[in-house]
Amino acid sequence: MEFLFKTAYRDDIRFLAKTGEKIRVAIVVIFLLAAPLVLQDYYLAELGLMLVYAIAGIGLMVLTGHTGQVSFGHAAFLGIGAYTHSILLSYGVPFTVSIIVTLLLSGLVGMAIGRSASKMHGFYLAIATLAFGILIETVFGEWGSLTGGHMGLAVPSLTVFGLSLTEVWQQYYVDLLLTLLVIWGAANLFRSPTGRSFLAVRDSELSARCLGVNVEWVKIQSFGVSAAITGLAGALLAHHLTYLAPDVFGVLESLKLMLMIVVGGLGTILGAILGAIVISILPVALSFLKDYLPPSIGQTAGIEPLLFGLIIVSVIVFEPGGLYSRWMKIRYFFETFPYYRKSSFVRQKSYLKTERMR
Amino acid sequence: MSTPQRLEVRNLSIEFGGVHAVEDVSFDVEPGETFAIIGPNGAGKSTIFNLISRLYEPTAGTIHYGDQNLLELPAHKIVHAGIGRTFQNIELFEQATVLQNLLVGRHAHMRKNPLSNFLFLPGVRKSEIKHREKVEDIIDLLEIAQYRDERISDLSYGARKNVELARALCAEPSILLLDEPASGLNNEETDDISFWLEDIKHDLGVTLVMVEHDMNLVGQVADRVMAINDGHFLAIGTPDEVRENPEVQRAYLGVAE
Repeated sequence: MEFLFKTAYRDDIRFLAKTGEKIRVAIVVIFLLAAPLVLQDYYLAELGLMLVYAIAGIGLMVLTGHTGQVSFGHAAFLGIGAYTHSILLSYGVPFTVSIIVTLLLSGLVGMAIGRSASKMHGFYLAIATLAFGILIETVFGEWGSLTGGHMGLAVPSLTVFGLSLTEVWQQYYVDLLLTLLVIWGAANLFRSPTGRSFLAVRDSELSARCLGVNVEWVKIQSFGVSAAITGLAGALLAHHLTYLAPDVFGVLESLKLMLMIVVGGLGTILGAILGAIVISILPVALSFLKDYLPPSIGQTAGIEPLLFGLIIVSVIVFEPGGLYSRWMKIRYFFETFPYYRKSSFVRQKSYLKTERMR
Repeated sequence: MSTPQRLEVRNLSIEFGGVHAVEDVSFDVEPGETFAIIGPNGAGKSTIFNLISRLYEPTAGTIHYGDQNLLELPAHKIVHAGIGRTFQNIELFEQATVLQNLLVGRHAHMRKNPLSNFLFLPGVRKSEIKHREKVEDIIDLLEIAQYRDERISDLSYGARKNVELARALCAEPSILLLDEPASGLNNEETDDISFWLEDIKHDLGVTLVMVEHDMNLVGQVADRVMAINDGHFLAIGTPDEVRENPEVQRAYLGVAE
């Protein structure tokens, strides 16, 4: 077992306190940096896509996992990011400027949605965001003069600071850089007042309000931050898709994002990343398996959504805290070996939930 | 810590769909005193707190804290006026650690710019450490250091009560509204609470207003007591005076047939 001796307040501000954590993060980062040397282009592109989904997952995680505001229309922000970025690029706007404008625009749309959503709870919020998602998808389809409508829109190739980055590994490094930036920024957010006010609104709006948290403004902020991050993911996703069509950003994509954060574990940044790994590995693993399965099963259409459904159900039944929670248990097992007991993680039931006011 | 002011409640009333939860209640809380509100269940004690915290909109009446008309403020500005509170059913941030809860208690005193927070600029780090020092003072005062990194959902009921009190103190209120600080606590824990309330009053100079059923605790710490029943004012005075008041006894025990 490792004991942490804290001698200064900054010890609690540091991200990685334990040696084990430092080593693990270092290994992952080194692997990600070295991946282009090891992996074939196909897998490298898949890995890049995974990073993009990790960004999108963190975007939704900030809103749903950390602020407790559900959104079933988050693919709309992915779409807003993708279309804004592609349209700006096709007008000759440089990559960096386009990314910043995309961040701002999707953030502002998010804040506008947050403004109207800040008074809604539970089912009403779920329905409202779902409707927003469908609405935006329809707008992409009908606004043909700008988005190319259902005919689609070709995404200009990736050019940063005048350098044409058309190779898979070049694009991969752009994804990686922005992913690390978003992870770092989101983690920063939750060790500072803004992020804490998000957590406060999630757990008790009532006492947050009495401690001086402007609950409506926090929800608007959270929608804004979430939408901006998801919009950034959309911009990067556009380069992977190379061709945008409205139905890519439909309800199914929103559900996929939701599935990702639930499977990963709500309320943690690591959860969003783990979720992204699952939904990226699953299709690849399936295409492997197809060769070994009998054709009647392997060739059936719709086996992927079926598996997604199965996964989400079993996570909710067996591990409501998601993969993150399982990971914590595994870690705890090794850290406290041989003292771990089955009951180590049995939580006491919440004792009083009556008379709570909204 | 701002200096305590006089809390003036005048002719306060609120209706919920025809039910007069509080009707025409007036009282003053002097700076530095400990004021208790007692009454049977459903008398409107917590409702008065929720009106002062601006969680409810009164149908009539005024609330002033010093020169400040509280009815002009939204709920999230009340803490800036120097009014802190706890809740009857403990409203902590369950999935966060004790430390995070207490730091949210500092929220009113912190600058929060999402962009500089996202980038964690040096100023943010400095302010985090500065506020952490304040939080540690409160942790020492209430002796909750051993829970510092625990999640609220792992804490016992008594510990949660203390943490909630600590979180309210982190906002550096000049007047503290305590909604049943001793409910659900055993005798030993109740003694601790009465001890800490004295500390808070004398060391921090905080005016205390509390809703409480435990008359022993009220007798120990309160300077004045107000009794209400069915939203109506019954009596006000020292704990003994109120205890002896026939109206109050009737409200608690009923009328002999």
